[in-house]
Amino acid sequence: MKPNSFAYVRPNTIEEAIMALIESEGDGKIIAGGQSLVPMMNFRLVSPAVLIDINRIKELSKLEPHVDGGVRIGALTRHHTLETSAEIQRQFPILHHAMSHVAHLAIRNRGTIGGSITHADPAAELPMMMCLLNAQIHVATPEGQRVIEAADFFLGPLTSAVEENELVTEIYLPSLPDPHGWAFEEVARRSGDFALAATGVILVAQDGRVAQARIGVMGVGDTPLRMPEAEAILVSDGVTDQSIERAIDSIREAVDPPTDLHGSTQYRRHLIGVLANKAIKQAWARATGAHDV
Amino acid sequence: MSELVDIRLVVNGEHHHHRVEPRLLLSDFLRHTLGLTGTHVGCEHGVCGACTILLDGDSVRACLLFAVQTDGCSISTVEGLGTIDALNPLQTAFQDCHALQCGFCTPGMLMTCTDMLAKYPLDSDEQIREGLSGNTCRCTGYQHIVEAVRVVRDQRVQASSTEKASK
Repeated sequence: MKPNSFAYVRPNTIEEAIMALIESEGDGKIIAGGQSLVPMMNFRLVSPAVLIDINRIKELSKLEPHVDGGVRIGALTRHHTLETSAEIQRQFPILHHAMSHVAHLAIRNRGTIGGSITHADPAAELPMMMCLLNAQIHVATPEGQRVIEAADFFLGPLTSAVEENELVTEIYLPSLPDPHGWAFEEVARRSGDFALAATGVILVAQDGRVAQARIGVMGVGDTPLRMPEAEAILVSDGVTDQSIERAIDSIREAVDPPTDLHGSTQYRRHLIGVLANKAIKQAWARATGAHDV
Repeated sequence: MSELVDIRLVVNGEHHHHRVEPRLLLSDFLRHTLGLTGTHVGCEHGVCGACTILLDGDSVRACLLFAVQTDGCSISTVEGLGTIDALNPLQTAFQDCHALQCGFCTPGMLMTCTDMLAKYPLDSDEQIREGLSGNTCRCTGYQHIVEAVRVVRDQRVQASSTEKASK
């Protein structure tokens, strides 16, 4: 349970970090919070030759409202900072709520948003939230910078679109329509564990109709996913018992959950429907100003 | 072996200067290099919570940090809470409530509770249990640990209301 040897570098700027990645010739690994990386290093599942510690790069820790609405979140923002940020709570109550499901305080004190999304665990909350909130992920590259839409960011289990010599620097969350209704539902075997299945729903009501619907799911596929068919059903048919039933059927059809020792494919497929049912109803109640379901 | 790196840090108020291998876990640095064996090592992958310490005031897993990363930081371990002759209020509450049996998880529990008492109102048992959920106790002593946290929370609430009343 001890990691292999590695060389340690601690850049002070983004440019120095990219330079360190290039110099490591593919054998370097960025460490931010280290809450997923260090366990993998302790088990020697990962043995980088060079560990590049970005924790002292000050410009990566900003969390501020964007002039055009939304927020800019530095990649090094800790989970506990997101959990307690008044700006996040005001603009993205669903994210504020979901953060309380992320691991435990000692992990949240250390883990970072950039690390979590780059790690791309399909059962982690932040990757799914990025898809649900249409996040734009800013990545520093040897040539400069590029922006990746959340929809193009998660490529497979533990695989993101961040290339070898690149570093996530900032996440931009565009503002949500105001008002909107939201709900987040998750089932995990123990508090703080990775989800067996979870869903996030955002609905915008206009004259009793659904003007916009977003449904994200996690733990039921290789990556977090949006459910465009179910979203379209709610937009075209509104929120009724029948339309919810059809939306849930389409979700169950669209997902391909894994079987592992925590739950079977069949169970997870059933579960995601149950959770979506609850979440759609609650989000709609909030969107229409009704009391919470 | 990779090149040794100089680190300077403060542990429980004392300054230390050491040369460490980058792969040395903070938990091993505290126990083996500094001899502070109060920090226990259970799973070494961040699950059990036994090695929880405070890094610049925040609870963190010492097994998920490399000592080299803590250069310039301030660390508190269970040895920094109180002494055998003068336990701190949380330690006293653990003793009074029988919140430990074998004691293996206790240092991590104490450091976790210290941080959660500072950061959350903990006004329900549910919140206390949620706060403890990252620390494993195999004597199944959770009930008494929850009670000990409740005692310290109530002491603080009482102290702050007395303070307000006297103003």
